[in-house]
Amino acid sequence: MIQARNVMKRFGRLPVLNGLNLDVARGSITALVGPNASGKTTFNRIVLGLVNADAGEIRFDDHVLNGDARYRERIGYMPQIARYPENLSGRDVMSLVQDVRRGGQSVRDNELIDLFTLGPVLDKPLRLLSGGMRQRINAALAFLFRSDLLILDEPTAGLDPVSAGILKDKMRREREAGRTIIVTSHVLSELDEVADRIAFLLDGVVRFSGSRDELLRSTGQARLERAVADLMLVGARAGVAR
Amino acid sequence: MNTILKVVRYELRNVIRNRWVIAYALFFLVTTELLLRLGGSTPRALLSLLNVVVLLIPLVTIVFGTIYWHGSREFTELLLAQPVRRGSLFHGLFAGLVLPLSAAFVLGVSIPIVLHRGVSADSATLLVLMLVAGVALTAVFGAIATLIAGVVDDRLKALGVALGIWGFMTIAWDGLILWTTVAFADRPLEAPLLAMTFLNPVDLARVLLTLRLDISAMMGYTGAVFSRMLGGWSGTLAAVGGLALWTLVPGLFALRAFKTRDF
Repeated sequence: MIQARNVMKRFGRLPVLNGLNLDVARGSITALVGPNASGKTTFNRIVLGLVNADAGEIRFDDHVLNGDARYRERIGYMPQIARYPENLSGRDVMSLVQDVRRGGQSVRDNELIDLFTLGPVLDKPLRLLSGGMRQRINAALAFLFRSDLLILDEPTAGLDPVSAGILKDKMRREREAGRTIIVTSHVLSELDEVADRIAFLLDGVVRFSGSRDELLRSTGQARLERAVADLMLVGARAGVAR
Repeated sequence: MNTILKVVRYELRNVIRNRWVIAYALFFLVTTELLLRLGGSTPRALLSLLNVVVLLIPLVTIVFGTIYWHGSREFTELLLAQPVRRGSLFHGLFAGLVLPLSAAFVLGVSIPIVLHRGVSADSATLLVLMLVAGVALTAVFGAIATLIAGVVDDRLKALGVALGIWGFMTIAWDGLILWTTVAFADRPLEAPLLAMTFLNPVDLARVLLTLRLDISAMMGYTGAVFSRMLGGWSGTLAAVGGLALWTLVPGLFALRAFKTRDF
């Protein structure tokens, strides 16, 4: 679904991605893990076209990303920190987004709105809502249009355990329906239950990419959290050795 | 195209409700009404409005515009994650800035004049020119504000740059002209001064209005040169063309900055 080859990006003098290579398979849940500032969010935003890569190529199916906007019809995005126009309500944002997405996806997926019981707050201005409530609206919006690819940036941050559970169940159901999900998090135990494939980022390169079983085997650990901690330690040692 | 209209519709709803835009329209309404009552005839009222137009429109547009672009950052990020082209979003946002401000000015000035039945054959040209100059200044300073907001990320710094540009074009510029005329008093200055007029949109707008008013006292040095070298309708056309370029050039640079920046 996504093929990234040698993607480079620096912000001013700060290098963020240093030749990132990553394949995301269709119909899988791929977890992007890595410490803060390892380039997870930047990669997501490059796939969305919000950030322009300095070099490298990203393919979305057979389409090479080139500044065109059409392919984004097939992506649902849940940003890490949702920033909305202050005076809009959740309902306004949803109809606005639906409006610019044109007719195609006429059947909306309102499941998360119901499960999160968002009905009563949808008409309130978003600035009056709590962070957790905004995050739930944010999630519902990403799933609203039955997109082929879902990019979820730290989706469970700021959600209570019940809501986080609802969201993870929803992710599993979407995978069963054939959708592809890229999810980032640094809370690794969160992804342990849902991720099929793990991509470990450090200093802007993918240090490991494979199924969770492969990761567990290659590090000899029993739990994903330990395995990723191992990778971080190895990475840190390599960094010192350099 | 479709997307542009959707963005414009959304921004219009948003900006028209903005109390600063409403206050701006009311200001022109009240000022024009007062000038008509005090001064009597439409040409005299419009003449008095001239200085308000060339000073206030640039100031309000450049300040409001800079704030507007920074304030629409969230909206921009939301839409750019959707199948929306950056170019369409840019044009929609620009129209959402310039249309309400222009409408506030046009309605604020024309409603009192029409109510006073002040439009006659000779004042009609003047009124149209005044409206054209005001709308052109709104477009020019809207484009400059767009460029500032696209290049200067920090909100306060952008506001400072905006005020600096306004001050330079409206106040410091006259000093520069004066200095030029004194320093090069022994040389022919017509051509250089004519060229300088085109370097300042505020001056261009003032010339555009004074050319038709037949009042050399209001023209200033550049206006007089302009009138002598490009008198009549060709001068008017040249001034309008200069103002159009002043919208287009900063606008295109701003569009390029908008297309290549990271959100």
